[in-house]
Amino acid sequence: MMRADLELIHRWVPEGAHILDLACGDGTLLAALARDKRVTGYGLEIDPEGITACLARGVSVIEQNLDEGLVNFEDDTYDLVIMTQALQALRRPDRMLDEMLRVADECIIAFPNFAYWRHRVHLGIRGYMPVSKSLPYAWYDTPNIHLSTFNDFEHLCRQKNLEIIDRAVGIGEQEGHWATRLWPNLFGEIAIFRVARRRR
Amino acid sequence: MPEFPDDSVGLVMPQMAHFDDPLPLACGRTLPVYDLVYETYGTLNATRSNAVLICHALSGHHHAAGYHSHDERKPGWWDAHIGPGKSIDTDRFFVISLNNLGGCHGSTGPTSDNPATGRLWGPDFPMVTVSDWVHSQARLADRLGIERFAAVIGGSLGGMQVLQWTLTYPERVANAVVIAATPKLSAQNIAFNEVARQAIRSDPDFHDGWYVEHGTAPRRGLKLARMVGHITYLSEDAMGSKFGRDLRSEDLSFGYDVEFQVESYLRYQGDTFSSAFDANTYLLMTKALDYFDPAAGHGGVLAEAVAPSQCPFLVVSFTSDWRFPPSRSRELANALIRAGKPVSYVNIDSPHGHDAFLLPEPRYQAVFSAFMSRAASELGLEEQA
Repeated sequence: MMRADLELIHRWVPEGAHILDLACGDGTLLAALARDKRVTGYGLEIDPEGITACLARGVSVIEQNLDEGLVNFEDDTYDLVIMTQALQALRRPDRMLDEMLRVADECIIAFPNFAYWRHRVHLGIRGYMPVSKSLPYAWYDTPNIHLSTFNDFEHLCRQKNLEIIDRAVGIGEQEGHWATRLWPNLFGEIAIFRVARRRR
Repeated sequence: MPEFPDDSVGLVMPQMAHFDDPLPLACGRTLPVYDLVYETYGTLNATRSNAVLICHALSGHHHAAGYHSHDERKPGWWDAHIGPGKSIDTDRFFVISLNNLGGCHGSTGPTSDNPATGRLWGPDFPMVTVSDWVHSQARLADRLGIERFAAVIGGSLGGMQVLQWTLTYPERVANAVVIAATPKLSAQNIAFNEVARQAIRSDPDFHDGWYVEHGTAPRRGLKLARMVGHITYLSEDAMGSKFGRDLRSEDLSFGYDVEFQVESYLRYQGDTFSSAFDANTYLLMTKALDYFDPAAGHGGVLAEAVAPSQCPFLVVSFTSDWRFPPSRSRELANALIRAGKPVSYVNIDSPHGHDAFLLPEPRYQAVFSAFMSRAASELGLEEQA
């Protein structure tokens, strides 16, 4: 059983695509995509245990720090770049978005929504930095240095003139109930965006 | 009689394969007849699909694992990684390790007889390249009835042979493991090799390479060459933590005898090596290193050179390796990525410099084992009884 966000992304990836999975973790998604959809490509990861797990699964994994960009990947050489749960930990998420859409036409990005109502309660009423299932760290040891909201991300895409092809929100990674809701910025804990360069 | 450890392949016996079919070499010359000495560990399965080839580095040889006798003090040079339950698991794989042509451990080389002259080959032994080695290794595979290797594996110069295998005989390699290697030497690498060669060639006992006939050997030159080489195998940190500025005795002697521990160590390494290794072989091996550059025939574009390869690669580097630093392994991994080939790249945190590839290290072993057991299960290799 895959994490619910990965389950949804799995559905969005086309058959036979050549893809990159940034911060691919233990390679679960890439292994499933290779098996079910004949997908090829590479996972990028820096966590030693994740890398070993990828190798055990037969996933091609490159030890690479995403903050150094994707310089070793050429323009327009992939169908799709996927990044789950890493955007908020990057030094420059905006530049990574440019990089992802340099090597591919399309990308799928999943990240925790900072404006999720429980987070708002933590910060707005109780006056503490939010700690939740999607943001499990304390303020002092969190790798998440660029938290954003559903609205923030849409705003960035508009600024960059990117096309949002699809979006979905979820309550908790583990729950399989996904739907586009009336107020996603309030009720969505995890946001998943499918973004493309506008065709000129 | 002392027992061998449980995870050792135990007592091993070198074997010899003689070849009568002449081997054309890259330099234009032909080796009319030759012998290759090799060892095997584990059991070849009925379908001959579990064979692994080990390619050795500059001063390596066929004795990669186990012991030649109960009195042998140290096991083979890669015993940390070859054996039952180890990264290259001899319960599943049949491992072949040979001494390359030009070597001085039993395969035909400068210390063998030249059938044309009746003298030793000496400096007349033809220059051999990484490609030549790969061709000769393929003939050994033919002899042993192995059509396709489950994996070809090597570190340093051995890693270059692995890369060459995937380009020359892509259909004969199911998996490639390239450790602490480089797709070509840098100017600095060649410079160090040249210092080593000059040390040997300028030794008065070198006699243009005919030292055996003069009843001598360029030991001082070979010792110097090894001392220089050894510095490049260790990292500054590793040397620092091993020796620091420790002195052999309490007071400075204000002379040129050994004073610092690091001097003593280097001299010892040089002496041991120069009494056991052939100088002409050392010269040949360093030239094979210098010449290796598969991208040269493709306008320097490595991504084009690697196009023939067909198998998954594992490329491993070590953080403190400054002989073939991580950037060189990344260069290879990136070329494979550009060519759309399946490749994994791992950079192991180690203080041991280039020598790290020989040593056991938990993350190195975990990564290596994970790749090899995935290879084994993909090939349907069961544990051998």
